[in-house]
Amino acid sequence: MLFLIIKRILLGLITLFIVSLITFVGTEILPGDACTTYLERQAFGEQLEACYRRLGLNVPAYERYVSWAVNAIQGDFGYSLSGEMPIKEVLGPRIKNSLVLASAAIFIGIPIALILGIVTALWRDKLPDVAISTVTIFAMTIPEFISATLLILIIAIWLEWLPGIVIVPTDVSFLELLPNIILPVIAIAMIMTAHMARMVRSSVIQVMASEYVQMAILKGVPYWKMVFKHVLPNALLPAINVVALTIAWLLGGVVVTEVVFNYPGLGRLVIESISNRDLPTVQALAIILASIYVSINLLADLMTLMLNPRLKTLQIRK
Amino acid sequence: MKLDNIYQEEKKSNLAKVSEIIITMASRPSGFIGLSILIFHVILAFISPYIAPYDFKAINPTLMLQAPSAEYWFGTDDLGRDVFTRTILGGRTALTITFFGSLIALLWGGLLGIFCGLVGGKTDDIVMRIVDAFLSIPWILAMLLIVSLLGTSTEVLIPALGFFYGKGIVRVARAATHDVIAKDFIVSARARGHSNFSIIWNEIIPNVRDAILVEGAMRWSWMLLGFSSLSFLGFGVSPPTPDWGLMISNARGLMSFAYWSVIAPIVGLSSLIIGINLTADAFAKALGIDRSTKAPV
Repeated sequence: MLFLIIKRILLGLITLFIVSLITFVGTEILPGDACTTYLERQAFGEQLEACYRRLGLNVPAYERYVSWAVNAIQGDFGYSLSGEMPIKEVLGPRIKNSLVLASAAIFIGIPIALILGIVTALWRDKLPDVAISTVTIFAMTIPEFISATLLILIIAIWLEWLPGIVIVPTDVSFLELLPNIILPVIAIAMIMTAHMARMVRSSVIQVMASEYVQMAILKGVPYWKMVFKHVLPNALLPAINVVALTIAWLLGGVVVTEVVFNYPGLGRLVIESISNRDLPTVQALAIILASIYVSINLLADLMTLMLNPRLKTLQIRK
Repeated sequence: MKLDNIYQEEKKSNLAKVSEIIITMASRPSGFIGLSILIFHVILAFISPYIAPYDFKAINPTLMLQAPSAEYWFGTDDLGRDVFTRTILGGRTALTITFFGSLIALLWGGLLGIFCGLVGGKTDDIVMRIVDAFLSIPWILAMLLIVSLLGTSTEVLIPALGFFYGKGIVRVARAATHDVIAKDFIVSARARGHSNFSIIWNEIIPNVRDAILVEGAMRWSWMLLGFSSLSFLGFGVSPPTPDWGLMISNARGLMSFAYWSVIAPIVGLSSLIIGINLTADAFAKALGIDRSTKAPV
């Protein structure tokens, strides 16, 4: 068990190491370096030299990678080119804002997804399933920026219930942020809920078809007792992994949603730093977003391991 | 009698097989709707340049933000351009780029996956680690970086999209290969002394083709979603070329008094993505592959 956990953590760390290599080599291979892309037409003579010196681009690539990686592990990503401030300080409030958004969406999304998934599975191919499934499929397939734009059009412009875009400084306090995030949270939660509800649905359907559930039915176990005691615990386990993957996958979608709502989170920083050709910040963002992805997956793996008694004994026997 | 039947099965031409699959797909209501939407969009993409009533880039300051009328069916945008013309033309670039992008993704993802599944061992481990690492970088960050450094031309977008959407196919192809690799016919092909290439071409590909094709069809709709997100963010098609993502992002700021210029491209893009999705789903069901438990990665 302990061995397995350590192995998973090591694999995650190896993945992160490869990600850091990819981002580093990627920015190295692609034409232009941080200074020439940032300075554009003024990239010559004194200014270029100064920029190279400031970023330490005058030493060989592998040396730079080692020093960058050593600093990055300690949370120091160097200086942002456009803001002229440490990337650590740029990232801090952004991460906090994105976390608020994501956790609110997850907090709302998971219970709704569970209920919808279970309802659609138990009433499979009946009216509730058909209605809810149609809606979830729509929510899943339509691009984030379209559902977000429609939300703004209907709720903010036509009904005038909520502000359409977030106009707050980056380092706003939590209470001031709250009324502004309702629409973005709905936009993200909607897509996430739809994905998760589908997973839960198919997982419950699979378990309902299994032999021990048939057995329970034949033995005359009351329907709801059977659902809550025998079906759900087994059905929700495999869903954990898939839900984690879905959340991680939505990291990309959150970028777009944040842009639509003008929300000062990590996603908008991605767009800003790329528009400003601020390569050091882009590198830092790549490694941070990848770490989030890897840790969510790791967490899900560990949770399944902890919660699944079958897997535990299987591994011990091995 | 029985032997006769088997013989007949074998003799079926590829065309007959394809039409059989299409008929199975269309026999489900969702598959029928999906196929019709997709076919409608493909036909529209081919004929739209000939039926467009106005010039898509003709700017007319006197006709700015007109409401829909008999003359301008979907109204006009902030530069006085006809929204109907731009909407029916708006899917062409996206469809072309993502179609060829998906083909590239299928090709490299499928072949690498089959190769990894076949050789296994250290090579497989290393390749899968790298694929995992690529999967953990958000596609949007990587795409934006490539596009901002190399430009937004078709020659950049097609291979870049093809590369980033192919890495998921590697996993599917590898898993499908693992399923067939232990079967007797592979063992006997090895015993007959066939080369790796011959085994891949004659034994593995016919058996994993369905799974890979279904995955590719699904990737197509995700790639379309990704590509239009890029356009929306201003990193895809460059103006004045009409494109739904770009049109939505342009019209968004004015939608409080000119909602028609944002609704038309929204309907266009959403219907195409839903169409491809339903078609891919029906395709999977017609081939007997269950995708309902898959994660969207």
